Amino acid sequence: MIVHFEPASEEGIASVVRSAAAERVTLAVVGGGTRAGLGNPVRADRTLSTRRLSGIVTYDPAEMTMSALAGTPVAEVEAALHAKGQMLSFEPMDHRPIFATTGEPTIGGVFAANVSGPRRYVAGAARDSLLGVRFVNGRGEPIKAGGRVMKNVTGLDLVKLMAGSYGTLGILTEVTFKVLPLPPAAATVVVSGLNDAEAAAVMAEAMAQPVEVSGASHLPESVRSRFLDGALPDGAATVLRLEGLAASVAIRAEKLGEKLSRFGRISQLDEAQTRTLWAEIRDVKPYADGTRRPLWRISVAPSAGHQLVAALRLQTGVDAFYDWQGGLVWLRMEADPEAELLRRYIGAVGGGHAALLRAGEEARGRVPAFEPQPPAVARLSERIRAQFDPSGIFNPGRAAALVRN
Amino acid sequence: MPETIGFLKPRQAVLDRRREIVADLADLLPEGGLISDERGLKPFETDAFIAYRRMPLAVVLPETTEHVAAVLKYCSRYGIPIVPRGAGTSLSGGAIPQEDAIVVGLSKMSRTLDIDLFNRTATVQAGVTNLNISDAVSADGFFYAPDPSSQLACTIGGNIGMNSGGAHCLKYGVTTNNLLGVKMVLFDGTVIELGGKALDAPGYDLLGLVCGSEGQLGIVTEATVRLIAKPEGARPVLFGFASSESAGSCVADIIGSGIIPVAIEFMDRPAIEICEAFAQAGYPLDVEALLIVEVEGSEAEMDATLAGIIEIARRHGVMTIRESQSALEAALIWKGRKSAFGATGRIADYICMDGTVPLSQLSHVLRRTGEIVAGYGLRVANVFHAGDGNMHPLILYNINDPEEAARAEAAGNDILKLCVEAGGCLTGEHGVGIEKRDLMLHQYSRADLGQQMAARAAFDPQWLMNPSKVFPLEGRPAA
Repeated sequence: MIVHFEPASEEGIASVVRSAAAERVTLAVVGGGTRAGLGNPVRADRTLSTRRLSGIVTYDPAEMTMSALAGTPVAEVEAALHAKGQMLSFEPMDHRPIFATTGEPTIGGVFAANVSGPRRYVAGAARDSLLGVRFVNGRGEPIKAGGRVMKNVTGLDLVKLMAGSYGTLGILTEVTFKVLPLPPAAATVVVSGLNDAEAAAVMAEAMAQPVEVSGASHLPESVRSRFLDGALPDGAATVLRLEGLAASVAIRAEKLGEKLSRFGRISQLDEAQTRTLWAEIRDVKPYADGTRRPLWRISVAPSAGHQLVAALRLQTGVDAFYDWQGGLVWLRMEADPEAELLRRYIGAVGGGHAALLRAGEEARGRVPAFEPQPPAVARLSERIRAQFDPSGIFNPGRAAALVRN
Repeated sequence: MPETIGFLKPRQAVLDRRREIVADLADLLPEGGLISDERGLKPFETDAFIAYRRMPLAVVLPETTEHVAAVLKYCSRYGIPIVPRGAGTSLSGGAIPQEDAIVVGLSKMSRTLDIDLFNRTATVQAGVTNLNISDAVSADGFFYAPDPSSQLACTIGGNIGMNSGGAHCLKYGVTTNNLLGVKMVLFDGTVIELGGKALDAPGYDLLGLVCGSEGQLGIVTEATVRLIAKPEGARPVLFGFASSESAGSCVADIIGSGIIPVAIEFMDRPAIEICEAFAQAGYPLDVEALLIVEVEGSEAEMDATLAGIIEIARRHGVMTIRESQSALEAALIWKGRKSAFGATGRIADYICMDGTVPLSQLSHVLRRTGEIVAGYGLRVANVFHAGDGNMHPLILYNINDPEEAARAEAAGNDILKLCVEAGGCLTGEHGVGIEKRDLMLHQYSRADLGQQMAARAAFDPQWLMNPSKVFPLEGRPAA
């Protein structure tokens, strides 16, 4: 990746953008570049990196909020939080293993791509933790949205719009987000030997219990041994995480195990195993295989995930595992991405969407990486894009993928 | 009182065609779906921000999304402003109409469409009340988390419009964190769906932008929301303090210690007296400030969490600690808190502020609020969501005394500026409406507001949807 611009200040970015807009020079916006594979390839004249815009601006643990410049490494943010017993509640995934990229993921990149992990199911996505942003729009104007307080309905919520816009509406320069206390203890209840449909029912049952399950994932037999170096019990593993005060976690794990014992063999993972396992689920370890085999991230209703996979299996070679109670499907294809088939089936099981995260060069250029939008929503998205970046200079290929139908 | 908040000048071309418009609308709606006589329109001239009122041109009460679409399509063709309305409980004037506007009331769209316990979602029409959702799933052990004090009356459509909060959002988040999808009608009658039963949606987060947009981006007709498993038990506990400052710093320390209760509510002495007189909840009357802290979980978990909170409260010189001993007592404690605005309304007129401040500023802002209101020769009662810094000073005044009303409004403006200066915002959950519209430039630059208005224009290029709200009337782009 050739970086042409690396401004060290928001004003520096604004000035680059103003000249780029005037000359219609398109810009690929990057942070650490570790997630550049998300979306369709960007073909831009120049690259602008936020890497030098780095550092924690304010962090007051008693306020449970942090402000950091967009180029701050995620590792630096997490180290500062952990030192004070706090965390990013949405568990952002590290995309380096599946993309085989190097470099440092940035906090701006996390929010620009709304990257959220297993706890998203109960604690919200990155966008739910994001309280305020500063960004430079396509006119080169620095803009502030939101603030640094927990509740804020003052004006339109542009913060949500910026989260998950992949740098196509503006260049994030600073983010302010909510943090939560690290749970003092954690454990995982494992139900072994369930097929995908049974697992979906067990996860739904677990989430209906007053035990505050903070992770519900199903790891079919095909992937089970890739986790914890093969230490999970034999058979498919349906894993349920509990977090909180030590005494309370133990009691809840006991209760949950009892409740679910009629469905399959019950075992428990200790705290260290729990932390490792959920980091591996978060980073999609089974498919961090060093290949370019197509990898899809699919979001559907929890009851529909296993139906979708079962239907696809009859048509093509797929391997899959589930997070978010079965509603987040990580799916690896053997050869072609089969986008049309997949998206047709998603419609048939009640709707949702699929994002192609990884594929060979040819497929990445051809297949719409993000789910195509219905025409009326696509038109609306195009109008929004035009209001933020009228000259269309930010991340051209990726923006087209986000707004087109 | 002399009105200090202006409305857009009514469009003469619309007023001139009143008779024709009413006749046309009648064709678009079923029997009983149109109100155009003065007596019928009267209940719609204001909302819970009663100091301001305007008679609308007409009110329509659609029964289906198609009715809403037909009305909006018609109105966009003739440039007629639209004011959406749920239950009319807005505290910021979000539902107050204007003379050339059609009010679209969603009260007849009150059907629950789908309860899906496997996926823990409820899909309802926009006119369903907030409490109805929880009631519908309570027996199965679930609830819908955001709980504004007006939850008995307010609708989910209104909650989405204002991104409503409530006492329990400290743990469970506000409306935007619990909303999965909507069906909505755009200004020109186009019907779109955003989100659904999946946890996230493709493309730009339009759902996040729509939530809290105060009816400016379209009219939500259906919503899909998340349901949450009810905790095993919940226990509100009362903590009485000798000063507001010590209660305020106790709150900051509880949060800072890593304990996050489900709710931390604050009342000062005037608020305690008002609420106790109304609800007989057993609030202590010999303290200057009261915290209602609610913990939840199993008995053992609640005991453990409470022990930590009590230790912190002792460090701040807590005078009384009272745990609810029964479900009835717990209900009374919450009844007192949730009826605070209504109970206050029985003794005086009031303006309710809604700024949010960083927790470290809570004590300072409370003290300055008292000084500001006293400086205007008025009284204030404070009752609010302390855990997330969302303050609700109630400035008491007499609405029939124009001079006093003007002073109350001035005091309110000073308090909101104070909140912004303390690093906070103008409104945490009630919305900007007309009430805080002209203060927006205290919080945002012209460029910041310009970008928000540009996003608005992407949805409503003619600026027809709830047009007098949120953005200062000066400095708007030409429609």
